[in-house]
Amino acid sequence: MLRALLAALLALIAVPLLAQSNVPPAPYAYTQLDDPRLEAEAHDLMLTIRCLQCQSQSIADSDAPIAGDMRHQIRTRIAAGESPEAIRAWLIARYGDYISYEPQISSTTWPLFVLPVILLLAAGTILLRRFRGNAGKGDAA
Amino acid sequence: MKNLRIGLWVMAVIAVGLFALFAFMLAKPKNDFVASAMIGQPMPEFTLEPATFDRPGLATTDFADGQPRLLNLFGSWCIPCRAEAQTLEQLERSGAQIYAVALRDRPEDVARFLEVYGNPYTRVGRDDLSETQFALGASGVPETFVIDGQGVIRYQHIGVIAESDVATLLEQLRLAREPL
Repeated sequence: MLRALLAALLALIAVPLLAQSNVPPAPYAYTQLDDPRLEAEAHDLMLTIRCLQCQSQSIADSDAPIAGDMRHQIRTRIAAGESPEAIRAWLIARYGDYISYEPQISSTTWPLFVLPVILLLAAGTILLRRFRGNAGKGDAA
Repeated sequence: MKNLRIGLWVMAVIAVGLFALFAFMLAKPKNDFVASAMIGQPMPEFTLEPATFDRPGLATTDFADGQPRLLNLFGSWCIPCRAEAQTLEQLERSGAQIYAVALRDRPEDVARFLEVYGNPYTRVGRDDLSETQFALGASGVPETFVIDGQGVIRYQHIGVIAESDVATLLEQLRLAREPL
């Protein structure tokens, strides 16, 4: 019994509780691009890409290793001449709309863009009719 | 006056409907998984160096030989991956061939991991910068894909493979025998 307990204790010590990878971060995870214009492009894109691990953060804000690798991916692609929107499209093709914080009009999101316009038009028509009606009454009185 | 009354009733119904929708959506358990949008599409191109000493590396071309298989993403540093080592072995014994990608890992660590928890893999490629993970639309470890014999991604299992998932994965492998 005691021996089993000891073995269990030893096993606990022997297995390091590594929650994350122990390899160093990707070269461009924490290193900016030399060209400030390209770095600005890359950074603007990073601010609008969701971290897959810490899903309420952008990859620019997250310290998760996966976010670091994604920053590396984005910086190398930008440095190779790819446009930010092409990279966003590449990511959306893999992870769906959810990966991007930038609102996109798609088959599921179009009501969000159309509804406010309809509501505004409806409100406008109602107000117009009301004013006209009141104006008419005012004239009569 | 009558119009106004009807209008108010309509608004009340809309409001109640909205709150019912909120209640319904809030009561649903939250799903944190980001599913890959690559299901039904061919595997992305990649060629990976071996991640350990006694298994070859992994390339897209290794999949297009007519045989469906599992592609498991893991890391020696990933605690949940230890938990699914047994079920992976169970799948292998049931006839599934399993290829793997080790994420952000070192060969010596992968070798030690496989020695301790068992090695159900035929090939293990190393993905040091998560590039293959991104190309697959995978969002973490462990994650397992069913790839058919033409190299098309057919199914994605996110998270640890529990005992209860073994049957599903075997069934998906069987389905992958028939071309889309």
